Amino acid sequence: MTLFKHSATELQEMIHNKEISIEDLTAESYKRIDSLDGDVKAFLALNKEQAIAQAKEMDKVPAAKRGPLFGMPIGVKDNIVTEGLETTCSSKILEGFNPIYDATVVRKLREAGMITVGKLNMDEFAMGSSNENSAYKITKNPWDLDRVPGGSSGGSAAAVAAGEVPFSLGSDTGGSIRQPASFCGVVGMKPTYGRVSRFGLVAFASSLDQIGPITRNVRDNALLLEAISGVDESDSTSANVDVPSFVESLTGDIKGLRIGVPSEYLGEGVGEAAKQSVLDALKVLESLGATWEEVSLPHSKYGLATYYLISSSEASSNLARFDGIRYGFRAENVENLLELYKETRSQGFGDEVKRRIMLGTYSLSAGSYDAYYKKAQQVRTLIKQDFDQIFEKYDVIIGPTTPTPAFKVGENIDDPLTMYANDILTIPVNLAGVPGISIPCGFSEGMPLGLQIIGKHFDEATIYRVAHAYEQATSFHKQTPQLWEGANS
Amino acid sequence: MANISKEEVKHVAHLARLAITEDEAEKFADQLAAITTFAEQLNELDTTNVIPTTHVLPLVNVMRKDQSVPGLDRDKMMKNVREQEAGQVKVPSILD
Repeated sequence: MTLFKHSATELQEMIHNKEISIEDLTAESYKRIDSLDGDVKAFLALNKEQAIAQAKEMDKVPAAKRGPLFGMPIGVKDNIVTEGLETTCSSKILEGFNPIYDATVVRKLREAGMITVGKLNMDEFAMGSSNENSAYKITKNPWDLDRVPGGSSGGSAAAVAAGEVPFSLGSDTGGSIRQPASFCGVVGMKPTYGRVSRFGLVAFASSLDQIGPITRNVRDNALLLEAISGVDESDSTSANVDVPSFVESLTGDIKGLRIGVPSEYLGEGVGEAAKQSVLDALKVLESLGATWEEVSLPHSKYGLATYYLISSSEASSNLARFDGIRYGFRAENVENLLELYKETRSQGFGDEVKRRIMLGTYSLSAGSYDAYYKKAQQVRTLIKQDFDQIFEKYDVIIGPTTPTPAFKVGENIDDPLTMYANDILTIPVNLAGVPGISIPCGFSEGMPLGLQIIGKHFDEATIYRVAHAYEQATSFHKQTPQLWEGANS
Repeated sequence: MANISKEEVKHVAHLARLAITEDEAEKFADQLAAITTFAEQLNELDTTNVIPTTHVLPLVNVMRKDQSVPGLDRDKMMKNVREQEAGQVKVPSILD
């Protein structure tokens, strides 16, 4: 067993009572990584020397100056830039890239006193649902090493599920926090678009991307989101809205809560186990005083096509910057500048990234723009309106996070459309820009299932209140993978 | 099913600054055709007069104050440049 079975609040109490030091906590992370990460393969670059030195210094800081996350170890997804710590987006094209500044969220982690342990593996440039698109390694699901952890924040979810770190940051463009959180049995939040600064997040699809926290329980998640939220002058799309105390919303009281359950989320293409776990969860929420009714997101079935056109178009533009000139990989033995661009990009990007750049370039090109890109943006409006209408009558929307539990490594890799179908329940949330969380709600074939709770714009507080009330009434979040038992700590 | 020729694929690859082989052009032609065919389901919807959503927040013209601030340090900016000479980025010839 590990110290990381405890919540941040419990760990702070242990530090306060001098049962453990911050250095012990940091060392515990590296011990767990040493003993488990050979199998789980969640981490890329590690920050060991600096992290231990930082922990020693922090042990000297007086208690009065410590916040609730002070001294807590955290892993950071590898598309979030960290000054002096290699950041690759799991792509060959950024091999050896050492950022010269910190992302705003990384600065905020430091201000909260968190210790960055290392960088976490992902699908290359966050394009994927299984981590199999990483150029470096394939992260495995801690519940079953033959299965994928999900993606693209697969490393972030697996590291928390394996108890290597109690906290991590991921990013979510179409489900990339919630889907791996669901597959790995942990808590993952995609905040409202604009809640968290994207400055220093390597852009995939700028109108959809959002950074969010992954943790083992709802309270820790709320603490971390509070720490990273807020308007930022370096990101003009960050929203100038108040950041409430999300922890204060964890009252356990959901009496009178109105829940909408989209029929499309319990319909065709969604597995029986996922459906049943949601129906069971609704019973729990009813017993706590909530009511639910079936509602409809009639345009959600168009979400997948809309998403792939918009996200690939934005990606083809965003990824134009990787040209071998100022940073990262540069092709050799080329004749001229044009060839340098083309060879660098062809050798540096993996297949899925190239496929999406091609799709995006095609849908933005003359003659296709109106038929594909503009059409998708119009359908996006209809999808957003579906959510607006439901939220006039209901406080939250609930459904499964994914249609099925984690699949086997290699099972879907050769078929892009089947792989994309993993994200049908998470994508509409990004298109509408609303917040959504995945929390553990059951098991099927020994693998975790996730409950998705979706809220109104900037109403993460209600999502957390519902998630916390459900969590306190159930014990799914307390279960840990088998590999916890054998590991040294 | 949408038909995308190998020539079209090569044109798009050029626009995207990707060098592709004949085999890749063939593979991409099939895959792009499959994905765009899938995307054509959007044509089931009448979107006449629907305003496209480019962005979900009601933000317009976000400006910073018109004040000069120090930029990034030049030596730092050169840190990740593979080939450089006299503080400048070196590239292959741009003219034949």
